[in-house]
Amino acid sequence: MTAAATTTPRRPWGLVAASLAAVALAAIPVVHLIVRVASADPAELTAVFERPRIPLLVGNSVLLAASVTATAVALGVPSAFLLARARLRWRGMWAVLAALPLAMPSYLAAYGWLAWQPSMRGFWAAWLVLSFVSVPYVTLPVAAALRIGSTGLDDVARTLGRGPLGSFMLGTWPQIRPAVLAGALLVCLYTLSDFGGVALFRFPVLTTAIQQAYSASFSRDEAAVLAVILVSLALLVVVGEQFARGRAARRIQAAPSVGRRRMTRLGPWTVPAVGLLVLVPAVAVVVPVAVLLGRVLTAETLQAFEFAELGTALANTVLLSAGGAVVAVLLALPIGILAARHRGRLVRGIESAGYLALGLPGIVVGLSLVFFSLSVVPALYQTALVLAFGYGVLFMPKAIGSIRSATGQVPVSLEDVSRTLGNSRARTWWAVTARLARPGIFAAALLAAVSAMKELPATLMLRPTGTDTLATELWQRTDISAYGAAAPYAVALLLVAAVPAFLLSDARAGREATREAIA
Amino acid sequence: MRAHRGLVLAGGLAATAIALSGCTASPGDDDTLTVYVGRAESLVGPLIEQFEEETGIQVEARYAATPELTALVLEEGDRTPAEVFLSQDAGALGALSDADLVTEIPADLADQIPAGFTSTDGSWVGVTGRARVLAYDSEQLTEDQVPSTVDDLTADEWGGQVAFAPGNASFQSFITALRVLEGEEAAAEWVAGMADNEPELTENNLASLDLVNTGQAQIGLINHYYWYRQAAEVGAGNMRAQLKFLPGDPGGIVNVTGAAILKGAADDADARAFVEFLISEQAQRYFVEETFEYPLLPGIDAPEGLPALESLVNPGLDLSDLHSVGESQRLLADNGLI
Repeated sequence: MTAAATTTPRRPWGLVAASLAAVALAAIPVVHLIVRVASADPAELTAVFERPRIPLLVGNSVLLAASVTATAVALGVPSAFLLARARLRWRGMWAVLAALPLAMPSYLAAYGWLAWQPSMRGFWAAWLVLSFVSVPYVTLPVAAALRIGSTGLDDVARTLGRGPLGSFMLGTWPQIRPAVLAGALLVCLYTLSDFGGVALFRFPVLTTAIQQAYSASFSRDEAAVLAVILVSLALLVVVGEQFARGRAARRIQAAPSVGRRRMTRLGPWTVPAVGLLVLVPAVAVVVPVAVLLGRVLTAETLQAFEFAELGTALANTVLLSAGGAVVAVLLALPIGILAARHRGRLVRGIESAGYLALGLPGIVVGLSLVFFSLSVVPALYQTALVLAFGYGVLFMPKAIGSIRSATGQVPVSLEDVSRTLGNSRARTWWAVTARLARPGIFAAALLAAVSAMKELPATLMLRPTGTDTLATELWQRTDISAYGAAAPYAVALLLVAAVPAFLLSDARAGREATREAIA
Repeated sequence: MRAHRGLVLAGGLAATAIALSGCTASPGDDDTLTVYVGRAESLVGPLIEQFEEETGIQVEARYAATPELTALVLEEGDRTPAEVFLSQDAGALGALSDADLVTEIPADLADQIPAGFTSTDGSWVGVTGRARVLAYDSEQLTEDQVPSTVDDLTADEWGGQVAFAPGNASFQSFITALRVLEGEEAAAEWVAGMADNEPELTENNLASLDLVNTGQAQIGLINHYYWYRQAAEVGAGNMRAQLKFLPGDPGGIVNVTGAAILKGAADDADARAFVEFLISEQAQRYFVEETFEYPLLPGIDAPEGLPALESLVNPGLDLSDLHSVGESQRLLADNGLI
């Protein structure tokens, strides 16, 4: 919260070195793309830019990313306020419901809606589904920030005659603004890189064109050029967020991070409030799941269903995504800590580079890691290790923000005390910072894990031959339109991804807040 | 504490995941045959099991969509663990051949498949045939209202009513056939005409069929077996879409699935045995019964209800001419379709 106030002036070069190493690993896909584009036939590259469809694709990508991000913020911030600051019954349940859309892969949500409303297509359909599945990326961090922040300044503003909204904007908004920006960044990059949801609704964007370039022409150079355009857009978004966050950090230097927290009585607003909390999971999860289950009941032929196969895929999904989450956290830790404690161009550059992989579709990251692992560690190619590493690279950006804010909330004074008592920097970090930041680090791992569980294209590229995950089994069946046979896998994927989503919902914090509200 | 335990748990799981990697056979292992299969496991898996039982050769099959697998092999290059590639379309095999990644199929195998359904240079062998067809919405159209040549689809009356997947390899093969059979000028005119007609652009054949099945489009340009697969799932009586075959028309050409042996397996008896099995009577019958595709080995009947393969053959077309797919893509790109 008080990021600027907790900045220490000296820059620990060990941490910088570790961050640079993490960035170097995470930047493999981008470097691979640049090398490929640089070595391609220039005539072929210019031909890509001459395609009349390119402005449409770029425009659509930007339009979709901007509108989905705006919608996710517009729905996520009020939801977070209700979860953290309103007197509501069944707080834990609402918290879980709010996190549930995280478990929903965009392709599954899109498929469910399409099975119900076949005429859905184009921008509005893609906007609806992507917006609602990504609301938790905003809700969760903002609710966490609201639970920590205080309403002291709001109260001062109220006594000075401001209305409820005005005092919120003066008192609370500055405290949650970094969390809102971090969530918006994730939503924006996720939308730019998503393929499944947009493809099903036939909304042409850069990712669908990249997929097409791989699909039919086998022209990997052309796909690389399109991916470079996409990653440039992602870079603009990341830099924009940093700029906005930097200004916010300066402005909130004096904001109190501890103090009284007042719970708001909803009164006549209870019904619309509950409506909002129901709407998001209903659109993102309940409708598609209900339609999918309906398809199972009406399917004429159900292929023999093997529990053993489902069990193996489930175990693989859990193991691989856990491995991916550990890699993601290990890569994100030095970057997150550095970004929380230090300023400067170098730190900003490292952090930006850490985020870029999130703006790339899974197939691009997958192929670049195929090349990399074959060149550097051929013995590990097509092993679970490379796949887990791939997940780590893909989802490390999702871990950075959570680690950065968790570390930022640990008072530097505590670290100083530890250092004065003669503890080394590393020991201080482990005994003081890591201990206090643990919930945030754990949340980072959960976020990476839930993303890895849903990931399809990179999984198809990198998995060990013969190893199936829930996502690949689901693909196997939908690809031959055996939707009835696919449904058990869809449900299993949702259930297993709902576990980290449940843990992320911070139901415990919800219960504590309930006690406070009642007391 | 809870979070701490969670981290320990995650660490333990990661360790297990790493252990898991040790269990999988390393690629290129000598006792196993590594096959990349660009088709769904539920379709090809049982056939591979039959092969394993009969020959005792263990197969490591890697399943993914043909385009993804092709991109994968191209990225792997000569380091690919794949020994045989079973592709869903001839274009992918042509791309591997162009990248000099495949070895010649032994002549005694290649010669079993009639010319016109296999590569001309032995770089791959045809396994099954797939006809391009028009799927039409039987609630809006009768069969005689459906054109019997794709040339008619540029007419105003079909504006906004035709669905196809411009990025799909089979569709692009059809465009190439159009160029080869009717000439560059006619093909360019057709593509421009279609682009003007506001077609429904989809990601794949299945999505095109879904549009016809739900009445969103009157006509879809697809491969015939998608209809049969969906009919197997929902029941043939529930299919709103019906098929019209187009004998002699570029829109009704027969494309193939095929197999290639990768360079690294040039002298591998197991790889040869697998390709031999794919074009054996047993495997050909399996494809007829399970995937509703045309068998290419002479003397085996086509799936019931399909017009004879011979009636669809386009004598003016050599499948190896379909290699010039790059030109077709340029044509589609210039007209803003891809």
